[in-house]
Amino acid sequence: MTRLNVLLHEMVPIHQIMTQEEVASLLADYDIIEEHLPKMYHDDPAVKACGAKPGMVIRITRKSQTAGEATSYRLVVRQPKK
Amino acid sequence: MSSPKRIGKIEFGLLSPKAIRDMSVCKVIWPDTYDDDGFPYPKGLMDPNLGVIDPGLRCKTCGQKQGDCPGHFGHIDLAKPVIHVGYTRLIRKLLRVTCRKCGRLLLDLDEIERFSALEDDPYSAETIGEKDIKKERVCPYCGDQQFKINFEKPTSFVEIVTETGKDDMAHKTEHKLTSADIRERLEMIADGDLCLLGIDPTVARPEWTILTVLPVPPVTVRPSIILENGQRSEDDLTHKLVDIIRINQRFKENQDAGAPQLIIEDLWELLQYHVTTYLDNEVAGCPPARHRSGRPLKTLSQRLKGKDGRFRGSLSGKRVNFSARTVISPDPNLSIGEVGVPLDIVNEMSVPVRATKQNIEDIRSMIRIGPNRPTPRHPCGANYVNRPDGRRIRLIAGPEGNCDAVAEMIEPGWGIDRQLRDGDIVLFNRQPSLHRMSIMSHRIKVMNGRTFRLNPAVCPPYNADFDGDEMNLHVLQTEESRAEAELLIAVQENILSPRFGGPIIGGLHDHISGIFLLTNQMKWYSKSQFLYLLKYTNLEHLPEPGKIEDNVPYWNNKQAFSVILPEDINMFYKATCCRNCDVCTKDTHCPHDAYVRIVDGRLLSGTIDKKSVGAMDGAILNRIIRLHGVRRARDYIDDLTKLSIRAIMLNGFSYGINDTDLGKEEYKQIRDVLDKAEADVAQRISIYGQGHLEPMPGRTQEETLEMQVMKELGKARDRTGEIASRHLGFENSAVVMAVSGARGSMLNMAQMAGCIGQQAVRGERIVRGYEDRTLPHFKRGDKGSDAHGFVRNSYKSGLTPTEFFFHAIGGREGLVDTAVRTSQSGYLQRRMINALQDLKVAYDGTVRSTGGKIIQFKYGEDGTDPAKSASGLPVDVKGIAESVLKEAV
Repeated sequence: MTRLNVLLHEMVPIHQIMTQEEVASLLADYDIIEEHLPKMYHDDPAVKACGAKPGMVIRITRKSQTAGEATSYRLVVRQPKK
Repeated sequence: MSSPKRIGKIEFGLLSPKAIRDMSVCKVIWPDTYDDDGFPYPKGLMDPNLGVIDPGLRCKTCGQKQGDCPGHFGHIDLAKPVIHVGYTRLIRKLLRVTCRKCGRLLLDLDEIERFSALEDDPYSAETIGEKDIKKERVCPYCGDQQFKINFEKPTSFVEIVTETGKDDMAHKTEHKLTSADIRERLEMIADGDLCLLGIDPTVARPEWTILTVLPVPPVTVRPSIILENGQRSEDDLTHKLVDIIRINQRFKENQDAGAPQLIIEDLWELLQYHVTTYLDNEVAGCPPARHRSGRPLKTLSQRLKGKDGRFRGSLSGKRVNFSARTVISPDPNLSIGEVGVPLDIVNEMSVPVRATKQNIEDIRSMIRIGPNRPTPRHPCGANYVNRPDGRRIRLIAGPEGNCDAVAEMIEPGWGIDRQLRDGDIVLFNRQPSLHRMSIMSHRIKVMNGRTFRLNPAVCPPYNADFDGDEMNLHVLQTEESRAEAELLIAVQENILSPRFGGPIIGGLHDHISGIFLLTNQMKWYSKSQFLYLLKYTNLEHLPEPGKIEDNVPYWNNKQAFSVILPEDINMFYKATCCRNCDVCTKDTHCPHDAYVRIVDGRLLSGTIDKKSVGAMDGAILNRIIRLHGVRRARDYIDDLTKLSIRAIMLNGFSYGINDTDLGKEEYKQIRDVLDKAEADVAQRISIYGQGHLEPMPGRTQEETLEMQVMKELGKARDRTGEIASRHLGFENSAVVMAVSGARGSMLNMAQMAGCIGQQAVRGERIVRGYEDRTLPHFKRGDKGSDAHGFVRNSYKSGLTPTEFFFHAIGGREGLVDTAVRTSQSGYLQRRMINALQDLKVAYDGTVRSTGGKIIQFKYGEDGTDPAKSASGLPVDVKGIAESVLKEAV
């Protein structure tokens, strides 16, 4: 098996695990609960590469055609089997 | 942010025989409906206990009248169990994953552990599927050999039993499973095993998929209708139930009489067929049950499925009042924000108005006019008067009418339904409503005739033309809706499309040709000519004359256009007719007059064409909206369309067959070019035939030849176009249209006058047809240009029969492409709309679903409204710089 770190690929945006304080302020900023965040699966290659576990929130900073740079936040959830 | 109530879970279960009997009010045993006197048979399909459909009668079960009684279920006891068609796949799965003898799941404990991820939440977990179990294995619990089970459409199951005979050979025998066998097996499956399969045994025991008792729907679900001749006509469902009961009775009788097995099996199969078609009459592998007339019956599943089914047809489909529909036709004298509505429609439709002290006299006069307004210019009447107690009085015209009497009665607090009149705001729509500009609000103009009239400039957003298109009109009934319509969806509010951030409304073909003819080069007009041009625009005073010769004032064409521009507009750009010369003269005089310079609202040089005024281009319109807002833009479009039509009428604009004529010299040149090209192709073919053709990298010799031939012939066609266009100038209407961008291209010109060129299928020369040749007119293996679809004639000179055939082949490809594309994109659009319809931009700039879930953290990632952007960019830097500097940047 190859050990390619997908995070280093130029087409994969930056994934950062957020601290609990950051998550709390994020949820407060948007007046939401974790359920309302977009989600991503725990077995997503990028999630595996950055070592996030279900329940953590990842900050994704990507290049945007319209805004130059855009940030998005995703909650890691378990992928239901199959 | 979250919705007030959330659905925790949805449980899907099966109706158990007990539940069916419990809800039943009547056991139905007779296949008859009504006796000769018209009374329903007790215990028949129309038993009075099942509900009422005749007005005046009361339900025997609940005692309510027709309309209040919801109807009540009955039941039929089936002689033998039958399979429910809707569950055949589930039955197949269950038969395959469980033991045929002990009913346990064919997995040992380790395997169960491995495949199932039940964990703590039994509902979110993965369940065991058919693929997890290997075929023909031995039951880990009772050791019984398992066999393969085949499912045969629509409802039979066959077990293939393999036995080792005396000769040690495996013998395969097919053994058909009866519904009773299957039911027995399903009954054996343990509740615990069902949980692993994703079935909750408390609400859905698998044996309930095999029907032993059939619910009979209430008569209110299948009402009979009485025809004009007094005969009763029964619903399709009733017909089907009659069949089921009849066969069921015969089956029982035969069973009791001890009929031979063969007959029993036949009847069983027949009963299965009737129950199957009762549930679903479009099952694969099952001939649909038909009415006596030959029409297939509409049974349970047909009522729900498809476009006209209960879901898409009855529940999602909505009908509305206060709407009108008719054919549309053009009227360039209307503003783009108006719509012409026929008198007949305007007299029929109404707006509610409440009488107050201030308006009561107006209202009285409307009532006096009554429901029949005679002419479009006549003040509007009224159709109904609404009394404060909720009663409505219909106004009746004429000497016997009540108009004058009612007019005396009314006082403040009463209301009327006033007919429409000029200036009323309505919604106007053309299907398919693919984008938000498909419904816009217009102001009414009452007109004679029978069609809706609209300014042709608003055709692009609706994608309308006048070849018989019909459009819908909706009259708004409340003040709030009228205010919203005016502020949000009026035509002028929608000039800028959110699709590309530019104007979607603009000049059409005639307008572009006209304004091109007007503004190209420099022309001088006398006062009367100048006024003729600007007669219908909002001209307040004439500009200073451009020049005075012999004491006679003259105005030029650029001044005529400048009249309709706002005074502070500054723009600099290349028009559509720009030829992209190697060295652009820019400010100094462009030989084609293609460099547009507008300073302080005056057109100094350049030609106005598609780039400036066209729909979906409209550079000037775009600038006007940003400088002066949408109302000024609307007035500009109205002026522009009127001016350009005047301009095109100044000289007239037409096209005829002789406009494609060229001179003798040109024809000779075209002939020479084509002869030379064909000879060149022939020479390449002979080189290829000798095998001396140098292949291009990565290609075979044949591919190389094809490419060279295509290229050569394409070049020849273009050459003929050049020759033709050298002869045709701006006196030719097709050239004007092509250069200004109004319609058509120089290629179309070349094909009319010069040479149509190579016909292609999938980008290659035409090769299909007969063995080694396209048509029997050619030799086998002929690679020549004429044998593979090169048309050297023009549309004017006419095609030879073989050329014509090749042209038809090429043309067909285009038609097929469009047909495929429209259906595909339509479905794509439908899915897209279904996915996005409930999303909205919240006040904090996030895009959220109705549940408050965040879809996008900032709308479009930059939070910009594309309709307010400058062609996608947040700031129109060039436009601002031009406005300030008043020179090109």
